[in-house]
Amino acid sequence: MAEGRFQVRRRAGVRLWLSAAWLILLVIVALFAPYIAPKDPLEQDLFSGRLPPFWVHGADASFVLGTDSLGRDVLSRIIFGTRIALGVAVVSASVTCIIGAALGLLAGFYRGWVDVLVSRFIDIWMAFPPVLFSILLIAVIGPGLFSIILAIVVIDWTRFARVIRAEAMAQGAMDYVASARVAGRGRFGILLREILPNVLPIIVVLLTLEMGIAVIVEAILSFVNLSISTDDPTWGGMISEGRTSIHQAWWVLVFPLITLFLTVLSFSQLGEGLKDRFDPVLR
Amino acid sequence: MSFLEVRNLSARVKGGGPLLRDVSLTVEVGEVRGLVGESGAGKSMIGKAVLGILPKAVEITGGQIVLDGTDLLTLPPAARRVKVGASCALIPQDPLTALNPSRRIGVQITDRLVDILGWTRQRAEDRALALLTEVQITDPARVLRQYPHELSGGMRQRILIASAFAAEPKLIVADEPTTALDVTVQKQILKLIAALQARHGTALLFVTHDLGVVSKVCQNLSVLYAGKVVEDSTVADFFGAPKHPYSAALLAATPKYTDPSAGLQPVPDAVIAAVRAEVEHG
Repeated sequence: MAEGRFQVRRRAGVRLWLSAAWLILLVIVALFAPYIAPKDPLEQDLFSGRLPPFWVHGADASFVLGTDSLGRDVLSRIIFGTRIALGVAVVSASVTCIIGAALGLLAGFYRGWVDVLVSRFIDIWMAFPPVLFSILLIAVIGPGLFSIILAIVVIDWTRFARVIRAEAMAQGAMDYVASARVAGRGRFGILLREILPNVLPIIVVLLTLEMGIAVIVEAILSFVNLSISTDDPTWGGMISEGRTSIHQAWWVLVFPLITLFLTVLSFSQLGEGLKDRFDPVLR
Repeated sequence: MSFLEVRNLSARVKGGGPLLRDVSLTVEVGEVRGLVGESGAGKSMIGKAVLGILPKAVEITGGQIVLDGTDLLTLPPAARRVKVGASCALIPQDPLTALNPSRRIGVQITDRLVDILGWTRQRAEDRALALLTEVQITDPARVLRQYPHELSGGMRQRILIASAFAAEPKLIVADEPTTALDVTVQKQILKLIAALQARHGTALLFVTHDLGVVSKVCQNLSVLYAGKVVEDSTVADFFGAPKHPYSAALLAATPKYTDPSAGLQPVPDAVIAAVRAEVEHG
């Protein structure tokens, strides 16, 4: 028993620290991109196009991860792409979380007409095909960072609302809520002081998962050229460009792809790790 | 005047059948009243109605709940909450879900004293410490810093009892406080409740299906069948000579540990038919 618990903790610990380390690295990279990036990410040099990464024969060592077909430095573009990826992830996931969690908590705890209203709204909302919906949205309001964030929020708030509603409902039926009511706490006080702390671990997990999803959505939208201008470095845009020259210059596609993969994985693992940390029963 | 007086209280499931039929009972200051009946007889519902924690699907269709001279059912919800919170407390049935799993024990006890009754943090903490000592928890200072899952069911129920007495309520509703516990722990918990009740002079509405418990803790009892009080008497009278045939049958159905060969005596069908007819038509 004690040993099993110890093992669970250790595994969670390794996951948590590895993913946190990667994400912290990304944050630092994003903040200090101009100082870290070896080259200007926008500078084109057609004479040094499609240079391979440093360890391959024929490489120019100053372009560490090679260059794309326009001669732009892949590493510098990944570094500057981090800013957009993380920015979109943090802002859109936070806004999604606040809206979805608030509606879910209200519906799950207050029940009654609030619940009916929110639940039916979610049902109707989920009947829209999300990808078409986001493309349509961006087609209407025009591409750009704000559109991407809005698209993610508009599509994904239901994910939060549904899960948190169910959890708030389950917690609301517990005896400790009845005790708090007898003691004289108001409904809103109970929601904040009794229910919210118990729903928090789930909110944290969903939030970090959502950040991973936001990174993917941003990449997808860049891939189909619905993100910001193609000149600006985004991971999705780089993958999209790299796709056309995969046989001549694989590095243009592969390095942003690996970065994207590690980032999304880290977000989901961070969520799981944090959940174990937050959960008083597992702690 | 009685501290709590329930007069002709009726309730039903919204759009469904009746749960409580014309229930009347009183709890005097410092009295311990047992509320007994089969599963589904509505005994917990009465306690919940008094405390204002009925499930949303249940509506009260008539009657009064007079607490300390005020009919609770005529008060607006906020005023009712204040009134009940200041003078009543609950000892819940299941100690495993009755403590908030993500908050420390100490905060859970003191929070309400500080936030709702306006005590100073220091006074509330001293009070919590004294109460945990009173419910015989060893090393109370440490327990106050622990989370519910670190404690056993019996410990948690002790904490809930301490918490119920914390604000010196005039009335405590104990909703089957020993049902979820191990038999060996049950007895200690009962003794503890009885001791604290006597020391603090708190009135107690003791909801249970266990007649043995009633005989040990209560002075008076109300027997419920299908939402109606079929007998209201003192414990001595009830166990000596029950007035109602259903009460007599219920008493006879209690397993006798002194005579295991007697087996279990179910309540006879004829008695059930008679009491059902009485409840539904009389």
